[in-house]
Amino acid sequence: MHTHNPTQTIEPQAERDIVIRALNVKRHYGSGEAVTKALDGVTLTVYRGEYLSIMGPSGSGKSTLFNMIGGIDTPTSGMVFIDEIDVARLDAFEMAWMRCNKIGYIFQSYNILPTLTALENVTLPMRFAGLSPDEAREKGAEILRAVGLGDRLFHRPYELSGGQQQRVAVARAMANDPVIILADEPTANLDVDTGSEIIELLCDLKRDRGLTVISATHDMKMLNVSDRILWIRDGRVQRLEERRNLDIKIGTVASREAGKKAVAR
Amino acid sequence: MTDDQAQVRIPRQPPLSWRIVLRVSLAGMQRRMMRSVVTVTCVVLALAFLAYMLVLADITQALVELNDSKLNILLSERGVDIFAATQMDAMTLLLIGLALLTCTVGVANSMLMSVTERVREIGTLKCLGAQDRFIIQSYLVESTLQGLFGAAVGVLLGCAVAVAASSATYPGYVLSSFPTAVVLRSLLASMAVGLFIAVAASIWPAAAAARRRPVDALRVEE
Ligand SMILES: Nc1ncnc2c1ncn2[C@@H]1O[C@H](COP(=O)(O)OP(=O)(O)OP(=O)(O)O)[C@@H](O)[C@H]1O
Ligand SMILES: [Mg+2]
Repeated sequence: MHTHNPTQTIEPQAERDIVIRALNVKRHYGSGEAVTKALDGVTLTVYRGEYLSIMGPSGSGKSTLFNMIGGIDTPTSGMVFIDEIDVARLDAFEMAWMRCNKIGYIFQSYNILPTLTALENVTLPMRFAGLSPDEAREKGAEILRAVGLGDRLFHRPYELSGGQQQRVAVARAMANDPVIILADEPTANLDVDTGSEIIELLCDLKRDRGLTVISATHDMKMLNVSDRILWIRDGRVQRLEERRNLDIKIGTVASREAGKKAVAR
Repeated sequence: MTDDQAQVRIPRQPPLSWRIVLRVSLAGMQRRMMRSVVTVTCVVLALAFLAYMLVLADITQALVELNDSKLNILLSERGVDIFAATQMDAMTLLLIGLALLTCTVGVANSMLMSVTERVREIGTLKCLGAQDRFIIQSYLVESTLQGLFGAAVGVLLGCAVAVAASSATYPGYVLSSFPTAVVLRSLLASMAVGLFIAVAASIWPAAAAARRRPVDALRVEE
C-alpha cells in the first residue's frame, strides 16, 4: 500500500546536529472509502540552523506536515522526533511545554490575540514558561524592538497593519528562545514588499540566533533564502534539494510565476 | 529515546498566576462584548425575579406578623393567607425554579457559542504553550465575573421593585416595619444562587474549550 520515498538516509550525520526527524509519517483524514491521505509516508531530517522551505501545490499536504513536525497534531502512523524527543511519548503537559519552549509558530493569518497589546501577545508565552511579569515585559519589549516595533508596544492588533501583526507574530514565536521556528505560509496574506520584509526578518533571526526555520510556502521569493527546499506532492516527498543546486531553476520558476501573476492581473 | 530521557528534559510547568488568567479572561470578554452582555442580562433577569419573589415574601410575612386589623383587611384583599406560616407557595417555587433553569441554559448556551467563536484563539493559546487548566480557568474566571456582576445588579433590581410595589400596595406600613435582617439574608442567598448558576453553567463550555486542539489555530475562518 505504501512505498518508501527515495529521500536521504535517516541516520544522524555526524557533522550536523539534527532538530527534527520524521520517519515514514502518515496522516490520513477520515476512514474507509472517504479517506484522504494528506501525508502518505514522509521521511525527513531537518538540521539545526538551516532554513527549510516546504513547497508544493495547494492540497499537497504542506500544512499537514507542518502540524506533524510542529507537535500540534499526531500522525496516523510514523514517528516524529523534535530535538531528539519522541513526540508520541509525551503526555499533554510535556507537549504543552514543548510547544512553549522548543517551537515558535507563525501562521498565515497572524493569530495575534485580539484585545491584548503587542507586548502582551509576546509576553504571554513567556509567562507560560514561568518568567515573572517584569522579566517578561523587559524581554518582550527587547524582542519587539529587534523586529522593528519598538514604537508599537502598546498597540492592539486592529491598530496594526498586516505586516506589523506578522512582525508581532515573529516576535511572539521568538519569545522563549525556541529551537525551531515553524511558519505556515507566513507571507500569503501580505503584499510583495511586506512579505519580503518578513522573509528577511526570518533570515536575520536564523543567521543571528542560529534558529532553524521551517516554512511552508507558495512564495517563490522564499527559495532565494532557503538552504534546502522540500517539494511535496500528494502527501509524498517529490524531491529535496539544496539551494545551490537549484539556483538556475529558480530563475525560470520565478519568472514563470511572475508571468502567471502578470497575466492574472 | 526512552521515557526517562524525556522526563529529564521536560520540567513541569510552574503554576500560573491568576493575574495572567484574569487578563486573558478580560480580553475574551472585551472581544465578545455583546455576548457578555447577553450572558449578564440573562443572570440579571433571573436573579431579579428570584430576589423580587423572596423579598416580597419577606415583607408580606413581616406585615402579617404586625397583626394590625386595618392592614389585615388590606392583606386579605390582596389574597394573602394571613394564617400561613410562609408566603411561598408551590406555584411560586415552580416559577422561580423555571426562571433559574432558563437562566442556566441561557448562560451555558452563550458560553458554548463563545467557545465556538474563539476556536482559533484557543488553538493559538495552546500553540503558545497553554495547558488545558489555563483554558478552563480563564473560562471559569470569565463566568464568575459575569455571574457576580449580573447577580448583584439583578438582586438589587429585584429588591427595589419588591419594596416599591409593596409600598404602593400597603402605604405607610412597609418602611416602618421593614424586616432588614431577613431581606438581607434573602439577598445574600440570591447572590449565592446567581454565582452558583454562572459557574455551574460554564463548567461544560470550559471543558469543551479545553478539549480544543492546537491544530485549530490554523483554521482559516472562525
Ligand atoms: N481536518 C481535515 N479533515 C479532512 N481533510 C483534511 C483536513 N485537513 C486537511 N485535509 C486534506 O488534506 C490534504 C492536504 O491538506 P493541507 O492543508 O496539508 O494542504 P496544503 O498543502 O497546506 O494546501 P494549501 O497550500 O492550500 O494550504 C487536502 O486534500 C485536504 O483536503
Ligand atoms: Mg496550507
